[in-house]
Amino acid sequence: MKENHSNDKANKFGMVIDLDKCTGCGACMVACMSENNVPFKKDESKKLDSITWMHLYRLTNKKPFPDTEVCYLPRPCMHCEGAHGHPPCVSVCPATATDYDKKTGIVSQIYTRCFGCRYCMGACPYHARYFNWWDPVWPEGMENYLSPNVSPRMRGVVEKCSLCFHRYQLAMDKAYHEGRKELEEHEYQSSCTQACPAGAITFGDLNNPHHQVHKMVKPSKHGGKPTATNAFRLLERLGTNPKIYYLSSKEWVRRLGDNYLPEEKTGEIGNHQPKGHH
Amino acid sequence: MSASDDNVKDVPSDNHEEGHGNGSIGFVILFFVVGLIGSLLTGWVLFPKLLYSQKEQPIDFNHQIHMDAVSDGCESCHFFREDGSFSGVPTIAQCIECHEEAQTEDPNEIKLVQEYIANGEEVPWLVYARQPDCVFFSHAAHKEMDCTTCHGDIGHSENLKTYEENRLTGYSRDIWGHNIGGFKKNTWDRMKMDDCAECHERETGSKGPCFQCHK
Repeated sequence: MKENHSNDKANKFGMVIDLDKCTGCGACMVACMSENNVPFKKDESKKLDSITWMHLYRLTNKKPFPDTEVCYLPRPCMHCEGAHGHPPCVSVCPATATDYDKKTGIVSQIYTRCFGCRYCMGACPYHARYFNWWDPVWPEGMENYLSPNVSPRMRGVVEKCSLCFHRYQLAMDKAYHEGRKELEEHEYQSSCTQACPAGAITFGDLNNPHHQVHKMVKPSKHGGKPTATNAFRLLERLGTNPKIYYLSSKEWVRRLGDNYLPEEKTGEIGNHQPKGHH
Repeated sequence: MSASDDNVKDVPSDNHEEGHGNGSIGFVILFFVVGLIGSLLTGWVLFPKLLYSQKEQPIDFNHQIHMDAVSDGCESCHFFREDGSFSGVPTIAQCIECHEEAQTEDPNEIKLVQEYIANGEEVPWLVYARQPDCVFFSHAAHKEMDCTTCHGDIGHSENLKTYEENRLTGYSRDIWGHNIGGFKKNTWDRMKMDDCAECHERETGSKGPCFQCHK
């Protein structure tokens, strides 16, 4: 039995988000909140309090009319792999309330284990983690609409996007029942992926060359840096090795994905061996 | 206590002090023993009684009779659905298949038919093995194992035991285990995370990532 398990092929679930297709409608945010029992309040204008596992950012090229361009950027948890499965948040958690699963590549968050020190929030360079300042209060009758597959959180713990991991669990249940150990590409898709009306989000196993996500970004073997044209990751330079990839045909968008110096060429940063450009 | 009589006569004052000292040590030991037994009784008998409320099942279900009547063992009533999820405790729809009318004069069956089946109401079974909300347990992943490995020989029991509910957490006592100290002899004596991890480590070589069993 031991051999069986160690021979299981490791997946690396991730996403490719095509920013050229994203219209900024926010359907991914809504789908995510209802799928994952994310609490909300009557007044959501106080953004320091609000929780959005999937967050939509509005980027502009800061040029005056008529050259102004706008781009919307959906931001889930990046599920960083780091160098060897050590994402920034996992490294700092004193409670082992979050860990990196080498089988799926998903960074977990265990709410019953978290005691709310918020180190992980400080460590995360993507602001993907949120703190529950209050117990969730659901509008009357809405408890009946909560998903039984995701445990609701209480005041005092941190939460974040799980890549709809419960959907993986359920899909695996079906696979086990049918005597399989591997999932088909369509069997495990995140809620935001399915909700996007523009088809801007693609979800799958980055390790599997037959999956769309792999074909779209062609991640390099070491460090996962995308080799496809127009593909980039957020803050590539930090070496967090995220599993969320973005596509954009606009250079200014790709440059906003990281802190570029004026003389640095787009896409040239984040390589393991820095190249001289002078 | 009683030293030799000679000593008593020779040095009465000393003897008096000695006797007094011995007596107080005796009292100390007595109080200690009484206190220890008292605390142990409080911790082992009184505290569990206070901590757990006792509830009887709505119907005293006899597994043995049903086991004799069905062909497919446990899976006749506790089966997997097509999507790989586990049905768990049967619904009234499954009971109706056989019990649309009472087949015997057993008061439990009559209660089932008259109170639940006739009204189309679900039986509010108390589930001994229900895990806390944050736990994801996949029966499908464990389906190569025997039911009895984790659940014990429930299939051949004639009565349902009293359900004990933790007044603080609302969980079944079977999760923490019957022994208040957490000792266990059988797999089904306790169903805490450590018990899952113990078997996972033995069988798969690691306790597994958090999300394997959490949601």
